Amino acid sequence: MEERAFDTGRRPVWCPGCGNYGILIAVRRALAELGLRPEEVVVVTGIGCHGRISDYLKVNAFHTIHGRVLPLATGIKLANPRLTVIGHAGDGDAYAIGLGHLPHAARRNVDITYIVHDNMVFGLTTGQVTPTTPLGVRTKSTPFGNPERPLNPLLLALASGATFVARGFSGDVEHLKELVKQGIRHKGFAFIEVLQPCVTFFNTYKELKEKVYRLEDEGHDPTDFEAALRLAQREDRLPIGVFYKVERPTFEEAFAHAMNPPPALRRLAPPDLSRLLESFR
Amino acid sequence: MKLLLTGNYAAAYAVRDAQPDVISAYPITPQTPIIEKLAEFIDSGELKAKFVRVESEHSAMAALIGAASVGARTYTATSSQGLLYMYEVVWWAAGARLPIVMGLVTRALGPPWNIWSDHADFFTVRSSGWTMLFASSAQEVYDLTLIAYCVAEHRDVLLPALVAWDAFEVSHTYEPVELVEDATRLLPPKGAWAPPLAAEDPASLGNLAYPEEYAETRRLMVEAVRRVPLVFAEAAGRLRELTGRDYSRGYECYRCEDAETVFIAMGSVYGEVRSAVDALRARGVPVGALKVWLYRPFPYEGVARVLDGKKMAIVLSRTTSLGAMGPLATDVATALALKGCSVKLVEFSAGVGGVDVTEDDVVAMYKAALEREGGTYFWRGR
Repeated sequence: MEERAFDTGRRPVWCPGCGNYGILIAVRRALAELGLRPEEVVVVTGIGCHGRISDYLKVNAFHTIHGRVLPLATGIKLANPRLTVIGHAGDGDAYAIGLGHLPHAARRNVDITYIVHDNMVFGLTTGQVTPTTPLGVRTKSTPFGNPERPLNPLLLALASGATFVARGFSGDVEHLKELVKQGIRHKGFAFIEVLQPCVTFFNTYKELKEKVYRLEDEGHDPTDFEAALRLAQREDRLPIGVFYKVERPTFEEAFAHAMNPPPALRRLAPPDLSRLLESFR
Repeated sequence: MKLLLTGNYAAAYAVRDAQPDVISAYPITPQTPIIEKLAEFIDSGELKAKFVRVESEHSAMAALIGAASVGARTYTATSSQGLLYMYEVVWWAAGARLPIVMGLVTRALGPPWNIWSDHADFFTVRSSGWTMLFASSAQEVYDLTLIAYCVAEHRDVLLPALVAWDAFEVSHTYEPVELVEDATRLLPPKGAWAPPLAAEDPASLGNLAYPEEYAETRRLMVEAVRRVPLVFAEAAGRLRELTGRDYSRGYECYRCEDAETVFIAMGSVYGEVRSAVDALRARGVPVGALKVWLYRPFPYEGVARVLDGKKMAIVLSRTTSLGAMGPLATDVATALALKGCSVKLVEFSAGVGGVDVTEDDVVAMYKAALEREGGTYFWRGR
């Protein structure tokens, strides 16, 4: 399968230099390299600049309401577990209005991949503070500097029981592509936090570029939960890669006995016309 | 003082002049510039308020419920899906009798996504107990926001109030706005109303009420809502003395006296309606226009008085009416029925999802209404 099989041909409206381009290319390449067909994939997007990705990925797509990517993706996966379901959300979508769903999707271990485009600012509404904006940063809603400590999404995902926790960087597309591939292949809830700049309202490109390093370069055992917790708290440098990975039964498996075949795969039996035909004899 | 302001900035200036204690909001297009401007006012020291940056609209209203419960003056603003997400606590604020003031920049509801104006969001809270005002220009946004505080905090009312205006045509369009020099001459002094909770007098809010007790809370709300038009007229009267601008009836009439047909509208489309009235009058067609400012409680008597004896009323509804006449047309029908008036009523759903409605459209609607029976029609342009 070629990368362009997943291109709708629509020209993205993101700002030149936006981190979303890197994520879009990484996801397209990952899907192609995994040999998936467009009709086998569903992408669910929330509200924010990231949400336009459902216009640029040639797969089944659902652009839902603000913050509700995970419940919708869970429903889709349950209705048809054969589909590859990928949720895209921004930091506003995933960590502000829709945060309540993250721990539950993680502990249920629904077999979906959740890619969070974290640019640490509300970009679509032109630059307000979000739960991941660093302390002291001046945004349009914090002209005096952000007074609130940011959330640590990786720690939250780890504490919630996510079975695959990774972080990528939109400026390292090849590495991100591999993470997406691993996330999709992982049987269970795969959480991929992607650091990206918002070149217009909070341009962190240079800082991120300097701070990120690949976990595999320094050696990390992704089955070591304690080490994952420690690495997730590093602030001097930002590791990217798979922090933690473990196999546990998935949510769909728990329903398999009750939903076999799953709702989307049920076919009505052909109607029995014999009695009707009998009446014409 | 006269400034060049967008509708959203006019709201922010009114809020600055009202000096609330607590502001809480979540960004949503096309509302966001209001809260950005308010953040600037707080940064510059012009507004001494606490700004709570919450994680959703639901939390924004909940934060204000907490603040208003102990007597704070409050403000929030939202649009569309934001109001729908806030819905549960919008009703709670009214039931708890908290004089919260909210700006609503009207925007279409999904799907499909659309950020342009449509009044569907506004109409969803029409029975909640909130006093609902609709502004059709930046000046009206400023004036009605100040009046909203006067009505909400009046001890005969103590109900939340919202002011709505159209996305972009009003929210993002610059117009000259005259500010009130000293808003304290208009507004009630802070703390003039008794909040349900106070540190020195322990009480509880929101506990279980048995049917008779619950019914009594709602009966009291009904009585409070009945007093709104009088309190609104008083506040508007004070504004008129300060500025000469008069909102006291809750609606405006334009060339209605000898008209045979009256257009009824809310919001930015009214400018085009007035131009259409002039154009039709120039051709000798006796038409007039009525603009609603005070939508809840609805001025049934006033509207019926204007329409009594006319041949036709044409309501321009900026929303899709599904399964029934649109809310504004239904209200006009009720006003007519209560007074026993026999006036042909035609409703056009026009300007839905941000579609432009021009003077020519309104003139064409007049012609179409003459040919059609009373009822609701979807306006697809000329």
